[in-house]
Amino acid sequence: MAQQNNGVDSTITNKRPLWLLAEITYRCPLHCAFCYNPTDYANHTKNELDTQSWIKVLNQARDLGALQLGISGGEPLLRDDIEIIVEEAHQLGYYSNLITSGVGLTDKRIDAFKKGGLDHIQLSMHDITEEISNFVTDTKTFKLKQKVAAMIKDRGYPMVLNVVIHRYNIDHIQEILEMAEKLGADYVELANTQYYGWSLLNRNQLMPTKEQVDKAEEVTNRFRDRVGNKMKVFFVVPDYFANRPKKCMNGWGEVFMIVTADGDVLPCHSARVLPNMKFPNVKDSELGFAWYESPAFNKYRGDSWMKEPCRTCPEKENDLGGCRCQAFLISGDAEGADPVCDKSPGRPLIEKAIVDAQKGELQAQPIVFRTDKNSNRVIEGEEKERLEDFHALP
Amino acid sequence: MTISNSDIYKIAAHHRFQWEKAQDCYVILFPEGMVKLNGSAGEVLKLVDGKNSVKAIVDLLKNQFPDVKDIEKDILAMIDFALGKAWIEQVN
Repeated sequence: MAQQNNGVDSTITNKRPLWLLAEITYRCPLHCAFCYNPTDYANHTKNELDTQSWIKVLNQARDLGALQLGISGGEPLLRDDIEIIVEEAHQLGYYSNLITSGVGLTDKRIDAFKKGGLDHIQLSMHDITEEISNFVTDTKTFKLKQKVAAMIKDRGYPMVLNVVIHRYNIDHIQEILEMAEKLGADYVELANTQYYGWSLLNRNQLMPTKEQVDKAEEVTNRFRDRVGNKMKVFFVVPDYFANRPKKCMNGWGEVFMIVTADGDVLPCHSARVLPNMKFPNVKDSELGFAWYESPAFNKYRGDSWMKEPCRTCPEKENDLGGCRCQAFLISGDAEGADPVCDKSPGRPLIEKAIVDAQKGELQAQPIVFRTDKNSNRVIEGEEKERLEDFHALP
Repeated sequence: MTISNSDIYKIAAHHRFQWEKAQDCYVILFPEGMVKLNGSAGEVLKLVDGKNSVKAIVDLLKNQFPDVKDIEKDILAMIDFALGKAWIEQVN
């Protein structure tokens, strides 16, 4: 039955979710300045779904067609039921991935994951220098990560490294790639920081220059040519330095579904920043309803929600107007064109952000690390001025 | 790459090949990605199991689809393509 939701016919999609991301907890022992998690995450750490609820989520999403499972957070290893979840996921036929900082990965746990059928582990790395790695995560975890990388390799897992790139490590990409090669990495994702959540708050402290980004890409391409198929290197281009936006999540409600620690069902990681949206929650909705029928998942499907310049843009199918969250966070209009696009009236705000990030007095502001204390300060409105300056009102 | 009749291949390490009821097709799953296979690709890779030689795969499919012309050429092209993508690896 076709239902009208926000003017969008829910039969507009016959797509099934392929990826399920389980953001299983927002608790985290690291305090990374570039974390995309919501700055008000402290509001979402108290009502975590229990094991049985996660098992129900896995079953429902698998019935809908989800295949790839990411178990993420926060730091998922802070929960003691990941072993059970991994085993269930394997039995259901997911290809499952534990996305971790490595903190809390012991021999006993990794053996249980292997036995339970976990398919791979994606480890975050930060830099080749202990100093910067520890600085940007606000922890002493550099040596531990090296140890965990060896454990992953030792168990015969593919080695998948994720390195978030920002001003403090972008000039070390050559060395980072060499380190990855030495560790025997099979896949390396160089993820240029995208500005959501904590990283938006710290944008002036994290954003590199265009020249640094160009050089980093050049270094990456040269490295790729040398190692060939042995190690796959992904370079996620930072959209601020492009003139067209990314096709965010490959389209709203097209292939991705995220279930948060407290059970909200989202089409993208940061969707909860959008105004006037009510997202379904697994405590009172089936995932089939969330995906096919909920107003939230239908809101930005298709193109009938688009405004000019997107609506009549010949390129609209390429990027679907870009990222709704970025459009709202930067320009204050969730239905507007992603301001990254140079056809968008909001593009000057991106240019300003790029210029601002090179201003000494703004760079000198202290980094707001992702901590419970800072999250509570954001919730109480203490960083309001900084957020307003980015047009980034929650 | 030259593929000979006696070659034996299997699905590459860290890759999984499975039938997906919801998608009505075979898929290959690997870190950070997946590929939905069309019908004929699925039929070929189903037989790439670390036991069948290339010749055995060709014979089996010739038997199964006697009316398909040039099936051998298509099978070899598919194996070559999968090798290029590193979805499969040689075992002998």
